[in-house]
Amino acid sequence: MGLPCRPMSTDFTDDAALVDALRAGDEAAFGWMLDHYHGSLHRTARMYVATDAHADEVVQETWLAVLQAIDRFEQRSSVKTWLYRILMNIARTRGVREARSIPFSSASNALDEGADSTFAADRFRPPGDADWPGHWASFPLDWEHQLESRVLAGETMALVAGAIERLPPAQREVLTLRDLDGWSSTEVCNALGVTETNQRVLLHRGRAKVRTALESYFEGTA
Amino acid sequence: MTPPADDFPCNELVELVTDYLDGAMGADDARRLEEHLTACPGCASVLEQFRIVVRVNGRLGEADVRRLPDGERDALLQAFRNSSTAR
Repeated sequence: MGLPCRPMSTDFTDDAALVDALRAGDEAAFGWMLDHYHGSLHRTARMYVATDAHADEVVQETWLAVLQAIDRFEQRSSVKTWLYRILMNIARTRGVREARSIPFSSASNALDEGADSTFAADRFRPPGDADWPGHWASFPLDWEHQLESRVLAGETMALVAGAIERLPPAQREVLTLRDLDGWSSTEVCNALGVTETNQRVLLHRGRAKVRTALESYFEGTA
Repeated sequence: MTPPADDFPCNELVELVTDYLDGAMGADDARRLEEHLTACPGCASVLEQFRIVVRVNGRLGEADVRRLPDGERDALLQAFRNSSTAR
């Protein structure tokens, strides 16, 4: 079903309306897509290729592929998922040529990378503890005393950006889509072809490493 | 003094924080987790710390958005016009 009369075509969040408008040659629809998705497409591309300039090329190639493919798009997935699949195919091909490590060669391999816990084991009492096995040996600190301004200060953001950069690829990919780009878990699973459970494990491990980085920073400089 | 029989040990709870924040836990497990949180300041701090991580990540995502330069945007719109008329 189409929307034949839409005088103010500034919001194309409805996929069917967006696709209809693109097919009808509505330039505002394509402009909306460019404005809405370019930043996060670039961020995703950057995970696969070595430089910002290469990521620019991957995104450019993606937009041109979208123009080629829009008539064949069957809308069995969301526009967003479709768009990211195109991007990832292009970026991965390019990443292979650049010999960058590829996040999702297989989900099980991805889960093997750094089979790590959220906290070091010695933060907890040992299994044989008479009263509280597995409970805190040393309490994590309350970060409430960290002022909002400090939490969101440039230095903190740079620290977090660095921690994300160092994550194993699959964790970085899931955390970036979920937390930086605000994707739902279903969208991430569809785009990456991983199960909900695996997606959540990867997200948790990624967040745990960011948490640890923030903890060292806050508690080391408090 | 020992913890209640159905209590989560803290070292297991900290692995479930993302499941909890995603609403992906079963109702019974979520209830046990919440009961634990009311009694355990350490785990309550960890939940708050993860919320802060999510918030900082989100803020980073907003701050770090690469804009499409106007010239490239115009060129892509031209490509769109060309592909539309070619159909």
